[in-house]
Amino acid sequence: MKDFPVTDLAISLQEAVEFVWAEADMLDACDYDAWLALWGDGGHYVIPIEKTGDDFANMLNIAYDDAAMRKMRVERLQGGFSISAAPPAQTVRTLSRFVAEAVDDTTITLRCAEHVVEDKFGRQRIFAVNLTYTLVRSETGIAIRDKVARLLNSNGVLTSISYLF
Amino acid sequence: MSLDYPKTDELVAPDRVATPMYEDPALFDLEMDKIFGKAWVWVGHVSEVPDKGSFKLSHVGTQPVIISRDRKNELHVLVNRCRHRAASVCEIQKGKTSSFQCPYHGWGYALNGELRGVPYTEGYNTDFDKKDYGLKKLKVETFEGMIFASFNMDVEPLEDFLGNAKPWIRLFMKQGGGFPIKTLGEHQFKVPMNWKIQLENTTDAYHFPVVHKSFMQSLDGEATEQFSFLDDDDGWVEDLGNGHSVMVMMPELNDLDENLDAPIPERFQDLAATLRKDYDEDQVKRIVRAVGGCGFNLNLFPNAGCSLSFFRILRPVAVNETEIRHIALGMEGGPQAANQMRMRLHEHFQGPMGFGSPDDAEVWERVQRGSAGGPDLPVMVNRGLGLETPSENGLPKGDVSAETGMRAAYAQWKKMMDAPEAVQ
Repeated sequence: MKDFPVTDLAISLQEAVEFVWAEADMLDACDYDAWLALWGDGGHYVIPIEKTGDDFANMLNIAYDDAAMRKMRVERLQGGFSISAAPPAQTVRTLSRFVAEAVDDTTITLRCAEHVVEDKFGRQRIFAVNLTYTLVRSETGIAIRDKVARLLNSNGVLTSISYLF
Repeated sequence: MSLDYPKTDELVAPDRVATPMYEDPALFDLEMDKIFGKAWVWVGHVSEVPDKGSFKLSHVGTQPVIISRDRKNELHVLVNRCRHRAASVCEIQKGKTSSFQCPYHGWGYALNGELRGVPYTEGYNTDFDKKDYGLKKLKVETFEGMIFASFNMDVEPLEDFLGNAKPWIRLFMKQGGGFPIKTLGEHQFKVPMNWKIQLENTTDAYHFPVVHKSFMQSLDGEATEQFSFLDDDDGWVEDLGNGHSVMVMMPELNDLDENLDAPIPERFQDLAATLRKDYDEDQVKRIVRAVGGCGFNLNLFPNAGCSLSFFRILRPVAVNETEIRHIALGMEGGPQAANQMRMRLHEHFQGPMGFGSPDDAEVWERVQRGSAGGPDLPVMVNRGLGLETPSENGLPKGDVSAETGMRAAYAQWKKMMDAPEAVQ
């Protein structure tokens, strides 16, 4: 176990896990407005293609969303004008195998496994994902600064995806 | 299967195609032989195999191939199958090597496909000659950096096959902005559909405002204006012969070396400001204009699209399964900021989670699902028929939403499927 700094703003592993479980519940419910509110203004939501490397700005990704792109992505998923997202595939996801990679006075880097099962057209598909979060606490609560979702088959042949990881 | 199958007259008419075109597995097998087994097929771009010893896996139809560059800098396209007992000799997507070695019994092949090493050769009779067991080679030619291969050693020269598409390919490659074009990565996804549903789509402007409404809504006013080409009357689609076609959506962006004095669009202002630190104003304008991509989609029969700013490559897997590659392009040695913006624009529309591709994938799958019903009903490709005029090449030219490109592709499909087998 890592030693967690004890300050008013430090985020414990338990808090971080509860936070991302709540996020997972929002994503399965397609409650994207609530999901957007979990984010700080900066940072990126990244779904890389390459298995290694983290210079995402200089790599082609599946998604590389700053705040503006996150907002547009949510508008697209909720707007009702995207045939692939109206209706979207339904999902059930599980998050587990949590590891606190780094902790400081206000920040925790949390990684975990995510399994997503989607259902559409009477067909189910499965995704396995390694998630890494950077969560930050301010006076207003915990927020996501960065989230990187590495699909196990990110550089393989994927399928159209109408939800978020 | 009867000897006169397929009855192509019943499958393809000038204004329609029959439902088995999407549904018949026997027809798919014939296509793999008579089209993907005979035509020039796009396999890669030279920047994917940049150095001596570079290799990249690809496909010709359903057959796995290796593109390799040998020590003399010559390109080869080799079937990825050991000549001994058929194991694949390479399963690494791309990289550099000095040879390919079969993992099963250790046969070793040079980059040009020649068999070099056979363990325990004393177990073979004296008439065993390594010259007889090189990796199966395809004919290879390149045009403007694009690598094509054919199983047909008597195929016409690549440039003859590309024909009227050549000037459009040259225009497309101007989006290097003065730098050579290089691939920046790719999105890959599969769709449960017949390959020809994708082939039809590259020059289908009619679907754009319907299927891509949510993409349009995410653009700024200026870009929305640009993508509203169905409301303009200056675009067109033309048959380029040999199954190729071009759909011009934004004619003002056909030649990226022209109109350099046009004002820089708002969405590229930040990029221009960054570029001005390292480049003079003329270069800045040229690079910025190139970053936005071309104004047309070029469809190259049977499997490649030069689509606005990227390569769209289809690979038939089965009668109802097709894999798509969306290959991002950038500037070799060009400014980092420009290549970053190219990648961000690519991510915006393309790929499994882009703002455009998933909607394309959905409607393509819906075509396949729908064609399970009404097997007697035709698929109509008659839009624009009777309204076309002759192009400069003397071929049909329709308005931007016309299905001229589909008719061009199906005419070539019929021609190749009707071609008699060459006497062996």
